[in-house]
Amino acid sequence: MNDTAAIFDQGEYNFAYLDEQTKRMIRRAILKGIAIPGYQVPFASREMPMPYGWGTGGVQVTASILGKDDCLKMIDQGSDDTTNAVSLRGFFEKTAGVRTTYETAEASVIQTRHRIPEKNLREDQILVFQVPIPEPLRFLEPRETETRKMHALEDYGLMHVKLYEDIAKNGHIATTYAYPVKVNDRYVMDPSPTPKFDNPKIDQMAALQLYGAGREKRIYAIPPYTKVKSLDFEDYPFEIQKFDKPCGLCGAEDVYLDEVILDDKGGRMFVCSDSDFCEERRAEGHLGPMAADPAAAHIGGIQPEETAR
Amino acid sequence: MSVFQSDDPLLQVRNVTRYYGDRVGCAEVSFDLWPGEVLAIVGESGSGKTTLLNCLSTRLAPTTGAIEYRMRDGSMRNLYQLSEAERRLLMRTDWGFVHQNAADGLRMNVSAGANVGERLMAVGDRHYGNIRSTADDWLGRVEIESDRIDDDPRSFSGGMRQRLQIARNLVTNPRLVFMDEPTGGLDVSVQARLLDLLRRLVADLGLSVVIVTHDLAVARLLSHRIMVMRQGNVIESGLTDQVLDDPREPYTQLLVSSILQV
Repeated sequence: MNDTAAIFDQGEYNFAYLDEQTKRMIRRAILKGIAIPGYQVPFASREMPMPYGWGTGGVQVTASILGKDDCLKMIDQGSDDTTNAVSLRGFFEKTAGVRTTYETAEASVIQTRHRIPEKNLREDQILVFQVPIPEPLRFLEPRETETRKMHALEDYGLMHVKLYEDIAKNGHIATTYAYPVKVNDRYVMDPSPTPKFDNPKIDQMAALQLYGAGREKRIYAIPPYTKVKSLDFEDYPFEIQKFDKPCGLCGAEDVYLDEVILDDKGGRMFVCSDSDFCEERRAEGHLGPMAADPAAAHIGGIQPEETAR
Repeated sequence: MSVFQSDDPLLQVRNVTRYYGDRVGCAEVSFDLWPGEVLAIVGESGSGKTTLLNCLSTRLAPTTGAIEYRMRDGSMRNLYQLSEAERRLLMRTDWGFVHQNAADGLRMNVSAGANVGERLMAVGDRHYGNIRSTADDWLGRVEIESDRIDDDPRSFSGGMRQRLQIARNLVTNPRLVFMDEPTGGLDVSVQARLLDLLRRLVADLGLSVVIVTHDLAVARLLSHRIMVMRQGNVIESGLTDQVLDDPREPYTQLLVSSILQV
């Protein structure tokens, strides 16, 4: 974070778009969030040149922590080249001019929407989440005054009522994303709409995690190596999703898979949601059962037509 | 009806007064409530019964006066000097509150089982099977069939909702239950069954109850002691049978003589 304050020059954006006073304000909120893991810190969220829901919270957090030497990776649903990731990467390339990458290991700051990379993160990396609704109790208790009181008093019985309902109605805990966690034995937190598959990665993660909700004007954080427990019942312990097949392209197991429809005759395949992880494995020579299938060619896999040309 | 369990009062109310601006809600109310005792507060609409009940149950701070409660450890604590956390814990463990309108006391969009189990989960029970069997047991005790455990209270009749609300309140074995017109709005046959049930539960569990009602028959059936309120003041109090059989105050005489004779 060295010397991001640019000399004012007409027609130029300040480094990473936000003005320096705003960044200071957001950094204060971030520091408070780190000091109280899982606590939602209100902050004066700014209008950003993109609509709410596109990651305005994450963008403001990233803009505030970005330095000139940082290398930025943008993820949208695990992928680096979907709309949201491409737009936001372009935004920071234009306003901050920082180096960007697709590779998880190379990035120092990773902003993500709905996934955590499969590869373990390191202490010198920061993971920034885009959060639509930061309040885990919101759909159970609509009043903000009441939810804040519930957090203050650690009055979290209601959260388990929801899980109870899940089991009563479905026979198992049916919540699959935005699965509530308890941070550092104190605050119940919404880990943003990541699949619950990623919840174990949040626990004791080496990297700093920052969560930004632009519309709701909240920032929260999990410092490195913090205990994060997914809520459950003793007789219905927390479980992550399991896939009965490996990734169709790279053959990886124990990773989160996306289902991709191949044609309108019912053809489908399951591929890694983390596209960088999948590509790296294929570069190393791992091949999945459908890697050679021509139907899978257009899914970022081997593209025979293009290489032939 | 039941033998009082202790010589020490459970609830001690001294000079509780509540103003709404210049108007008096209730004035200078003092009484003691002993363990296992059922106290009825009767009076016409607007006489301050509900104001008093809300003051007692920490839902409405009195303007002046003190309310002390004997905690489980035996110490007397002023309710309005407890921290918010202690007060909430008290309300969901040691106390119950039965509303006139069951929808106010239930979560209408979660199942009956979860409604009963909520208090258990709030005090830290994390075993689904145990919570569910306790909920099932309580549904049985309030005469709701087991196969309704996963149904929303929305699909319940008025009487069932009221019984569910009672189960939800009693699941943590509270010592003190506040009731605000628990039989209001129910037809007489349902009322009779509910009263029967309440009477049995109160006797079995040795509950202390403060019940607000305008129905003197309910007061007579349930309560040991009665307080008659008028314009915010307690004008007469004593043993229920005594007050209802031999009312002293002209207003109480009027109330008693107004009971419809069928």
